[in-house]
Amino acid sequence: MSTPLSSLTGPLQRFSVRHATRLPLMVTATLLIAMFSIGSLQYEGFFSAQVLLNVLIDNGFLLVVAIGMTFVILTGGIDLSVGSMVALSTMLTAWLVEQNGVPLALAVPLVLLVGAGGGALMGWVIHAFEIQPFIVTLAGMFLARGLCYMISTESISITDPTTTTIAQTRVLLPGGLFVSPAVVIALVVLALAFGVLHHTRFGRTVYALGGNESSARLMGLPVGRTKVAVYAVSGLCSALGGLLLTFYMLSGYALHAVGMELDAIAAAVIGGTLLTGGSGFVLGTALGVTVLGLIQTVISFQGTLSSWWTRIVIGGLLFVFILLQRLFGGPRADH
Amino acid sequence: MTPPDDTGAGGRPARMPGARRLTEHRLFWPAAALATLLLGNVALTHDFFAVRVQNGHLYGSLIDILQFGAPLVLVSLGMTLVIATRGIDLSVGSTVAIAGALACEHIATAEDPGSLPTVLSAIATALGVAAAIGLLNGFLVARLGVQPIVATLVLMVAGRGVAQLITDGQIISVSSGAYKMIGGGYWLTLPFAVLLAGVLVAVTSLVTRRTALGMLIESVGGNPVASRLVGIRAAGLLVMVYVVSSVCAAVAGLMISSNVSSADGNNAGLWIELDAILAVVIGGTALTGGRFSLGGTVLGALIIQTLSTTIYTLGVPPETTLVFKALVVIVVCLAQSPAFRARLSHRRRPAGPDPAPAAGDAGARRQEVHP
Repeated sequence: MSTPLSSLTGPLQRFSVRHATRLPLMVTATLLIAMFSIGSLQYEGFFSAQVLLNVLIDNGFLLVVAIGMTFVILTGGIDLSVGSMVALSTMLTAWLVEQNGVPLALAVPLVLLVGAGGGALMGWVIHAFEIQPFIVTLAGMFLARGLCYMISTESISITDPTTTTIAQTRVLLPGGLFVSPAVVIALVVLALAFGVLHHTRFGRTVYALGGNESSARLMGLPVGRTKVAVYAVSGLCSALGGLLLTFYMLSGYALHAVGMELDAIAAAVIGGTLLTGGSGFVLGTALGVTVLGLIQTVISFQGTLSSWWTRIVIGGLLFVFILLQRLFGGPRADH
Repeated sequence: MTPPDDTGAGGRPARMPGARRLTEHRLFWPAAALATLLLGNVALTHDFFAVRVQNGHLYGSLIDILQFGAPLVLVSLGMTLVIATRGIDLSVGSTVAIAGALACEHIATAEDPGSLPTVLSAIATALGVAAAIGLLNGFLVARLGVQPIVATLVLMVAGRGVAQLITDGQIISVSSGAYKMIGGGYWLTLPFAVLLAGVLVAVTSLVTRRTALGMLIESVGGNPVASRLVGIRAAGLLVMVYVVSSVCAAVAGLMISSNVSSADGNNAGLWIELDAILAVVIGGTALTGGRFSLGGTVLGALIIQTLSTTIYTLGVPPETTLVFKALVVIVVCLAQSPAFRARLSHRRRPAGPDPAPAAGDAGARRQEVHP
């Protein structure tokens, strides 16, 4: 069944040797510029830096979650629990701060610990018992969402003064522009992730693990420790994303972030990360999140298009990028 | 309904006498779990097993479990075949929503919503579109070699948007007696949905177990390359299982929308793909493919439905079902994991001078995790 495709991709394959991994990234960047240009021509008030910054303000939490997801996907795994984990951390924060009077300074590290711990636990089960990441994180997804409902089936809104003050803070930029503190945090996380992935031994192990796990093991790399760490990073990022979402929404609700795992996966794929692992860029993920955000912006500017178009367009983009990944390099699945 | 079990491509369990042989049977643990759940319910509500006849229809908790479980049984049925080929179909939930939306939209805009031709053409539209969805998934997996989880993710994301597009974001209500029959009607004293699911399970069992089809599917799942080399048209088989999975999901979608006489693009079939995967795994079909048990899947789906019913009976908030499901997933997966079993047997004989190789591996790995 490989014959029709490989005969078709003969010349492309040669091209791909040099550009394979960067092509989706270039396509994404081009897409971003095209979307912004078309938006600017089409709609009044679209062409401004603040519109772009608003995309970040509205999607800062998604960026953080998608960065964690990128780590997992780079090792060839997947984490379906991130959306539920985000919901759980909004719920935990709201419950601790609002209903138990726990100071925010104590609630935040607690929530982050729960996220990282949950992630590490899933990573350990995946590694130690050789169960597919997909099914373990599926259980994690059920568990986290169920725990949300156990805390409360209702939305808990936050009136705590410290939290609301932080939520309303604006970080002013030159030229009358502003962002939220969440954007700053998300960008710091992005920089950290970039540094870790490209300039540390841990980062190289992550790529090696996604490239070929048995080779990595034979090379003596700490496969188990890295796997556990990667899921812990994803859990930590989800918890942090949840905290940012708490500030954005000023509430904890069990139905927050339904389907966010799909958005995070889509952002990573559109950003050029191969779902088979071993190849990708965390900066690409940031571009992917921006593309997703810009789609929502265009749809809200259009006004006549309804919100479900977002899902359809994201699905379509995912389709195109998966085709691109198949055409240019990347190991084929078994069938 | 239960297919003969020992025709799988994998190795047969060794024949053992008596009780040992019974517990070694593939369906033993799912059946035991279901029986335990049902008996637990009898302890909670004494008339749980009572089935009464009213207006010529059977009523009772058991019948409810069958009727509300029928859509899940169908989705899981298709999912079993997909998983047997080492795949996964995440798009079934969206397909459920799309099928319901298409059928209800068709009936709601027809001149005579109650007439049989209208309902039949609505069903045909829904099934046709579902088959196209299956073709697309199959094409991505079989022809382009995309990982199944990724290929079906596309429609999982986009499909629900499409369903909302069809219903225009509204919940479409229909009043059609003929359509109501699929999910809420009775025939020969039994809910029609149960009969329909039963027939489809029986047909699938017959086709996969009485012909070579089941073996071919298992062979593709066991080793796709080897099966291609021996001349099995793996691509065609793969496309077929994805089409079957989508069509099964569409029938489930018709049942769900028919039962509530409305289509909700946003919530119909939400997370049913996960329940279906869970049902398949509980039923003893490994996610690594190569072997499947339709009987196990049916038991698995009924366990999940009974679990939901139990939660309602207990008076616990129904949303917490998710926690119980999570626990079931973890326990079942651990029970199926060779590494976990090896570790357990390793623990049981700590003084053993020469642990089995597998147990030794697990020990080595443990050291690696906590150096």
